[in-house]
Amino acid sequence: MEHEHLEIRWHGRGGQGAITAAKIVAKATFESGYPGVAMVPTFGTERRGAPVFTSLKVSKTKIYDLSPISRPDIIVVLDHLLLEETDILHGLKPGGILVINTPKPLEAYNFDGTRLAVADVTAVSCRAGLPEGMVNAGIIGSFARATDFLDFALLIRNIEEEFQGRRASENAQAARLCYENTTVMGY
Amino acid sequence: MHIIESGNVAAALGVKLSRAQVIAAYPITPQTPLTEKLSEIVEAGELDAQYIPVESEHSALAVCIAASSAGARAFTATSANGLLYMHEQIHWAAGARLPIVMCVVNRGVGAPWTVWNDHQDSISQRDTGWIQIYVNDHQQIIDTVIKSFRLAEEVMIPIMVCYDGYLLSHTYMPFDVPEQDRVDAFLPPYKAPYALDPENPANLNTVTLPDIRFDAQGRLAHGYMEIRYLLQEDMRKALDAASSIERQFFEMFGRGGDAFFELYCCEDADYIAVSMGSLSYHLRDVADLLRASGIRVGVMSVHLYRPFPASMIAQALVHARRIIVFEKALSYGYEGALCSDIKSALFHHGHNQARPEVLGHVLGLGGREIRTEDLHEALKHSCTTPVAHPDEIGWIGLKI
Repeated sequence: MEHEHLEIRWHGRGGQGAITAAKIVAKATFESGYPGVAMVPTFGTERRGAPVFTSLKVSKTKIYDLSPISRPDIIVVLDHLLLEETDILHGLKPGGILVINTPKPLEAYNFDGTRLAVADVTAVSCRAGLPEGMVNAGIIGSFARATDFLDFALLIRNIEEEFQGRRASENAQAARLCYENTTVMGY
Repeated sequence: MHIIESGNVAAALGVKLSRAQVIAAYPITPQTPLTEKLSEIVEAGELDAQYIPVESEHSALAVCIAASSAGARAFTATSANGLLYMHEQIHWAAGARLPIVMCVVNRGVGAPWTVWNDHQDSISQRDTGWIQIYVNDHQQIIDTVIKSFRLAEEVMIPIMVCYDGYLLSHTYMPFDVPEQDRVDAFLPPYKAPYALDPENPANLNTVTLPDIRFDAQGRLAHGYMEIRYLLQEDMRKALDAASSIERQFFEMFGRGGDAFFELYCCEDADYIAVSMGSLSYHLRDVADLLRASGIRVGVMSVHLYRPFPASMIAQALVHARRIIVFEKALSYGYEGALCSDIKSALFHHGHNQARPEVLGHVLGLGGREIRTEDLHEALKHSCTTPVAHPDEIGWIGLKI
């Protein structure tokens, strides 16, 4: 699906790989013909486990504004417990897409006016042969299924390149399995 | 080839393509990934350089001074308090006329501690005799590092390439990495006009008397003041050198084109916002918004801050009704340094002409978030409201 301008906010915990996941999607976006790509992590005094987020802005023209995203089109959450800790949904546009790594089913959530997608990325990634807690490749599979924004084969190739020498095939497999195991709600 | 990487990696690749021979650096946030990347590149044998780990920034620049004195192409990088810890050596490198290139990954200065971005660190080093260049995106980071080695070695003056901490250093965006053979054609190996050589012993930068005198060979030698006068003269001449090198780079790589500043929608502008670094690009979005509501706004991004291209800047601004300067630094007790410099440039330009009013805004200190809405409101207000107190600084995003 083509867009003029799209803003995707990624929420995770320090050490979870939200920035790497956003970087992989940034590269695939650029390769898909979007000259304007900026992935801007917001840095606090974080340590492992603390909530972190990064802003991925993509556009058909150059990105000049590097401030954090305040009105996202899409929000990706690498750990569902973050929903209880911070205002993850802040500014999400009406009809915006919310992708969550969670063991809970769709019915457990009630976010009015959002298109919700869930997958147990943590468990599925383990099934793909990754150690527990490595979810940043898997979440890209769920993102792809929920958004239909980028070519999935292109995302897989970028995952394999990013993780070259670091369980590349397991990471790619995690993304494939998460793609298949993501459930998406209508409006 | 286009890649998507962080600004720090863009800088490291620029240093690699420039074939730096000696790199000495001490890690400090947000510069750290740049030095880590360079040490990896050297360790992997991708760059034939000596990477010298040191125990402080003062030593980092001292090593570069020694290496450059021996005729090597030397590079270092730092931020904030690390830059200030170098301060004595920064003056020395300029006085000794060593063409060292240093990336300053701009960060606010303590106290209190901050690791986030503003420009107080490099602006406070304005008067050390270094060339200072501020860049706006990753393409400009990698290109400017390469151009800076060429310029520094042509005019024998060290250069700071300044880019925003986090906003550019840790942000990922696409940029083109030029091919090594094309960079080699643009930037030949460094040949020092004079260098330390055990076969030809010499004293460099010994105590220099106030007046001129005959040296040991019976030649009339400069006093301190002549040496410093020549630094000023060569700094002014560096304007032409920077311009010519920029033109050559543009012809070879098809990018850049103006060494002094970039203009956005300024031809018919009644109001021109002036800024440095990534903020000046952010202001382009705000200019678009204001133009859509009928206010003719333009933006100037100043690249070359020292030497200051005053007459060219004044020429580009003088037709506007009002100039609004946005700065992430402050000369405490007065106003932002860039604001003073812009006023001074306009004052000297065309004595009988009406001059635009100049307003100064300070924002983003210590990483305070700069929101488009706040910029929009401040710029709109500056364009549409009569100026009651032109000497008062406007603070944007202040919560007091």
